[in-house]
Amino acid sequence: MAAGHPPASSRMAGSSRRRPGPGRLHFEIPTDCRESRKAQFRVLNELVRRGYSNDSLFAIRLAMEEALVNAMKHGNHFDPAKKIIIDARIGPRSARIAVEDQGAGFDRRHVGDPTRAINLCKLHGRGIFLIKAYMDQARWTQGGRRVTMTKANA
Amino acid sequence: MAEATPRLRISREKDVHVVEFVQNRILDELNISEIGLELTNLLAGRDRPRLLLDFSAVDHLSSAALGMLINVNNKVREQNGQLRLAQIKPPILEVFQITKLNRLFRICATRAEAMASF
Repeated sequence: MAAGHPPASSRMAGSSRRRPGPGRLHFEIPTDCRESRKAQFRVLNELVRRGYSNDSLFAIRLAMEEALVNAMKHGNHFDPAKKIIIDARIGPRSARIAVEDQGAGFDRRHVGDPTRAINLCKLHGRGIFLIKAYMDQARWTQGGRRVTMTKANA
Repeated sequence: MAEATPRLRISREKDVHVVEFVQNRILDELNISEIGLELTNLLAGRDRPRLLLDFSAVDHLSSAALGMLINVNNKVREQNGQLRLAQIKPPILEVFQITKLNRLFRICATRAEAMASF
């Protein structure tokens, strides 16, 4: 299993400086799949603890996975020296999750529609589409380096 | 006799290779590329391969997993073979529908239906 329980002593870099309030999780991690997995696990755990529905959990898990893979791969080009910031605010009715990388950003207008017949056989280019499809709102800022995604607990 | 790997359970029914995903998540890049490699190796050198992918265990997948499946589909077609996807749970099926990949893949509700469709 790729994502196990993180050890009790594990702490995300940056978490000691900030004191997240209830429902707030803030991580600053290196570009590393294991660290990304741990952070996702923490966020999902909090969503489960707060009674988010299976549908919402499925959507958020998928969107977070896509956002983090994009950040590591296309943003930071798997450079372990570059950081990724994950900021989650989990309320009783909705969750807002931001993922930020240290890459060059991108122009969303250059991302094609993967559902067009001509693109169906393409191996890549569905991450952003899935984020938009599964989250209630997704907004790219800072030249595409930061995505902020919102999902209601429905 | 079924051959077990950590990620895939591969067996043969008549002339169909039946592959079950063992893990409930097809997410990690490394994991996905390993699965892709195993499936590609399974197809290597076969003329008109028949491949059935059983998703019974799968609860989560990502766009990278979809890319891997498209790649397998492309290879099967290149070799004049047939690919069926079966036993897909509703949330995962929805991913295929939203991405319109249900038009690309031949998706069957059950393994029996998939077997009968070759």
